[in-house]
Amino acid sequence: MPTDMLIRRLLPLAAGALGALVPAASHGAGEDQGAHGVHIERQDWTFGGFGGQFEAAQLQRGFQIYKDVCVACHGLKRVYFRNLAQPGGPEFPEQAVKALAADWPNKVVDGPDDSGKMFERPAKLFDPILGPFRNDQEARAAQNGALPPDLSVIAKARNPDYTGPFWAHPFSMLRDVATGYQEGGANYILALLTGYADKVPEGVKLADGMYYNVAFPGRQIAMPPPLAKDNFIKYQDGSGSLDQNARDVAAFLAWAADPSLNDRKRIGWLVMIYLAVTTVLLYLGKRRIWANVEH
Amino acid sequence: MEHHTSSYEPKTRRARWWDERLPVARLMHGQFIDFPTPRNLNYLWTFGAILTFVLAAQIATGVVLAMHYQPSGAGAFDSIEHIRRDVNYGWMIRSFHAVGGSMFFLAVYIHLFRALYYGSYKAPREVLWIIGVLIFAVMMATAFIGYALPWGQMSFWAVTVITNLFSALNEVIPGLGTVVVEWLWGGYAVSGTTLNRFYSLHYLLPFVIVGLVILHIWALHVVGQNNPTGLEIKTRSDWVPMYPQAVAKDSVGLFAFLILFAWFVFYLPDYLGHADNYIEANPLVTPPHIVPEWYFLPFYAILRAIPSKLGGVVAMFGSIAILVFVPWLDTSRVRSAKYRPVYRWFFWLLVITCLALGYLGAKPPEGAYVYWARVFTAYYFVHFLVVMPVVGILETPKALPKSITDAVLGGAGAPKTAAAAPERR
Repeated sequence: MPTDMLIRRLLPLAAGALGALVPAASHGAGEDQGAHGVHIERQDWTFGGFGGQFEAAQLQRGFQIYKDVCVACHGLKRVYFRNLAQPGGPEFPEQAVKALAADWPNKVVDGPDDSGKMFERPAKLFDPILGPFRNDQEARAAQNGALPPDLSVIAKARNPDYTGPFWAHPFSMLRDVATGYQEGGANYILALLTGYADKVPEGVKLADGMYYNVAFPGRQIAMPPPLAKDNFIKYQDGSGSLDQNARDVAAFLAWAADPSLNDRKRIGWLVMIYLAVTTVLLYLGKRRIWANVEH
Repeated sequence: MEHHTSSYEPKTRRARWWDERLPVARLMHGQFIDFPTPRNLNYLWTFGAILTFVLAAQIATGVVLAMHYQPSGAGAFDSIEHIRRDVNYGWMIRSFHAVGGSMFFLAVYIHLFRALYYGSYKAPREVLWIIGVLIFAVMMATAFIGYALPWGQMSFWAVTVITNLFSALNEVIPGLGTVVVEWLWGGYAVSGTTLNRFYSLHYLLPFVIVGLVILHIWALHVVGQNNPTGLEIKTRSDWVPMYPQAVAKDSVGLFAFLILFAWFVFYLPDYLGHADNYIEANPLVTPPHIVPEWYFLPFYAILRAIPSKLGGVVAMFGSIAILVFVPWLDTSRVRSAKYRPVYRWFFWLLVITCLALGYLGAKPPEGAYVYWARVFTAYYFVHFLVVMPVVGILETPKALPKSITDAVLGGAGAPKTAAAAPERR
């Protein structure tokens, strides 16, 4: 088969020619410094992996951090007070949530009333958990031009970039698929809250009103450190630390972004078992049906 | 196959009554029970059934989502959150639909590369193939506008980038591109108006796909299925009836695929999406990297590989349009790459090229990424325009088996029963 031989001989030649065309400078590119490529540590979470579930006690502690610290600037408008009492969440007693809503500092604007005027009223179970600002403009005006984002889905809206070598990327992806890995957002929040540097490294010039944070893309963040090593929230039992506070509020925000996780993972197992068993049965049936037919 | 008649016999009086008036049961019996399927089909041939299921599932979940979704710039993002949080099992239906889009493309790519490997586009299956390419094109349009609906940052900026491509027409006729883009937008910028019309089209196009799928299956049932040998069905021993043999195999394939599908729905619902799409659309903030969903990445890489805007747009659309001509670009006498010792290597080179383009599409268009995107884009077109016609002429194919039966029974065969129905032996 001369033509075959010809083509087979030409192939390596063509490959070689292609190789010679590669620009020498190409190896340096691909490293993506600056705004991206910040390495974020992976953490263990109770809600990670196949069987993971939120731990109500941790979500309660996390909510306390949100209530005592974050709410000074950030709203949680897609989460409702009633959600705090529902299964799979912090599971506070309903009476406690009612009282909490009634005392919430950021009142609900309702109306118009019979005289055509809008009025403020205390929050009820069916109201969203509001932050201090009525709108983005008010927030920017109060925050030196920076906008504190709503935290309802923040744990899903952040996902650290892959920072390993490019050849390992497909394997990293396969491992994440195989292990059901979805906790990037919580990892990021924890890294951000604990990522403020005591001292700004030499040679870095911070812009006016900015803070140095190793986890933040670009490393300059407008948010002042909400928690610190010597300034953290103590829980009811007297314990607490910066790391524990950050961990708990990251878990709470992961729940806020994905309140159906407990149900999802529980039902998921049943679905997987059902599908696996059915596939095996169908395969056995198929083998029987095809038993006489060579194929 | 076109002469294939249904062995349907109405058993009850009511069935006879219907059979004389509207013989739907007879049609179905002939097409989906008696229908001859090659006995040597492998599991790659189950993807037709899998795709039919995914299309039906996308429509079913989509109809429910449409009951709760608000197609407005102000309400869209919140209504998705409402579905995820407050609608009964809304999180599941929404994940099923979002993951379903990815699974649809995964299955269609396997289906498409199967057809390319086994030469399923070659005569007499050209029309069948071209309808398939049309389905692929409409699917891409549907998926693209569907991705706009959550109205997150990636939705908004994907719409902005892709609709702006049409402004490249300005380089052909000055002013034309601007007119087309503003017509698509329904204004002078991407806005809630754009979202509204996209929503309308997202509900319409799936039914266009259904129509095309019916034609696709019709064309398939006229010419019959291809198979790993690429040989046509000749004798009774070459085929088995669709039911129960092919149906049994399709069911196994479908359920195995559903395991993967469900894994993503329940354990990785957001893995295939971009985190930025959980940030509400904001025309004033451009994300650092605008990337499409994974299934568009190879085409996105081609778009950005060409240094001119118009050229990029032409190359991107051309990379899909070129598939239409594949039946005539392939000059080989042999269908299946199984018997094509040289072309087979080029086939895998094409697969690697598409994967590489996918990887490069996700990277920023700078440095070596652009260089490699150009190399692989060049090969993509060379494969179809040069490799297919030239290798088809130069290559000496391996000896083909005499028949499907022969291939299955290893040549020695069972000549006595060769003409008999294999499933009844």
